[in-house]
Amino acid sequence: MIYLKIFWSFFQIGLFSIGGGYAAMPLIQNQVVNIHNWLSMNEFADVITISQMTPGPIAINCATFVGTRIAGMPGAIVATIGCVLPSCIIVLSLAYLYYKYKKLSIVQGVLNGLRPAVIAMIASAGLTLVILAFWNGKGISSNNVNIDIISVAVFVFSIIILRKWKVNPIFVMIGAGVIGLCIYPFVL
Amino acid sequence: MKKDMKFYLKLFVSTLYLSTFTFGGGFVIIPLMRKKFVDEYKWIEEEEMLDLAAIAQSAPGAIAVNAAIIVGYRLAGVLGAMITIIATVLPPLIILSIISVAYTAFRDSLIVKYILRGMQAGVAAVIIDVVISMAISLFKEKKLLPIMIMISAFIATFILNINVIIIILTSGIIGAISIYYSEYVKKSGDLK
Repeated sequence: MIYLKIFWSFFQIGLFSIGGGYAAMPLIQNQVVNIHNWLSMNEFADVITISQMTPGPIAINCATFVGTRIAGMPGAIVATIGCVLPSCIIVLSLAYLYYKYKKLSIVQGVLNGLRPAVIAMIASAGLTLVILAFWNGKGISSNNVNIDIISVAVFVFSIIILRKWKVNPIFVMIGAGVIGLCIYPFVL
Repeated sequence: MKKDMKFYLKLFVSTLYLSTFTFGGGFVIIPLMRKKFVDEYKWIEEEEMLDLAAIAQSAPGAIAVNAAIIVGYRLAGVLGAMITIIATVLPPLIILSIISVAYTAFRDSLIVKYILRGMQAGVAAVIIDVVISMAISLFKEKKLLPIMIMISAFIATFILNINVIIIILTSGIIGAISIYYSEYVKKSGDLK
């Protein structure tokens, strides 16, 4: 039964990928490429590339892609459900415990410690993206020629309008995409 | 907050919209959710949003999905969580099913490449903007320990590449010890 196989495979991916995103990639590769041969290594690399180009979690993108490939639309849905079910059960249990016990002083203490750490992790994710954008994914280099001036300009302008006029972030992202489409064809 | 049809629709549509713009990894959804649910709708408190983000990060699975589940649960119980899960999963499901038909054309498309390259800088700006706001409000509290935790957690994750689970566990334990310690000091002070 192919649906059951897909479901079980993505259930495991959902259950064991802790830390999100790239931490899940080897796990997905193992299930999809090594164990089941649903995709070739090249196709898997393509899915990763496409995941980076489209919104949404890599695991869900893979689930949809693989599901569609081997069992059409129902396959994609079954794979996606398998992928989110573990999260669903675990996060709902944690949420229940959080709202039940958050008044306890020990829980308050833990949360007081976690909040600044979460800000730090979001900052780290943000800075990684800044580097990716400015150096076009090639990493920081001492050679300033490699820096993407347009990207820096878009970034600075976006920060200014976000902080000063509190513009809707979605408009900033769409605007940045439009600027990219208008300028990059002439400079790349 | 009235939980009528209009509320559920608003929850569904806003989550759908956030998920559609979650480019560049799961953590992007947290700043977007903060803007929408904390600043704009005022459905969730700032501190609570950070707690929910910590839980989303600690649980297995995609962070964007986890964050959506917990925010949905917070706002409207299990039904709310179901609504936000569907809204989060739908955009990638639809986009990828369409792309999987002609994925090489999409992968090699120059137009897509130019748009994405522009968007990358915009997405980065959105996250950094939220980080600045959150860091400012943390500094305004003028408490040494949270500021120390933030700085060391940043060094640990960004420079030393230490696993997030270890960082979360350590910060939680430090927070618990500090509460325990301050209550202990208060109690022994009362006795004297």
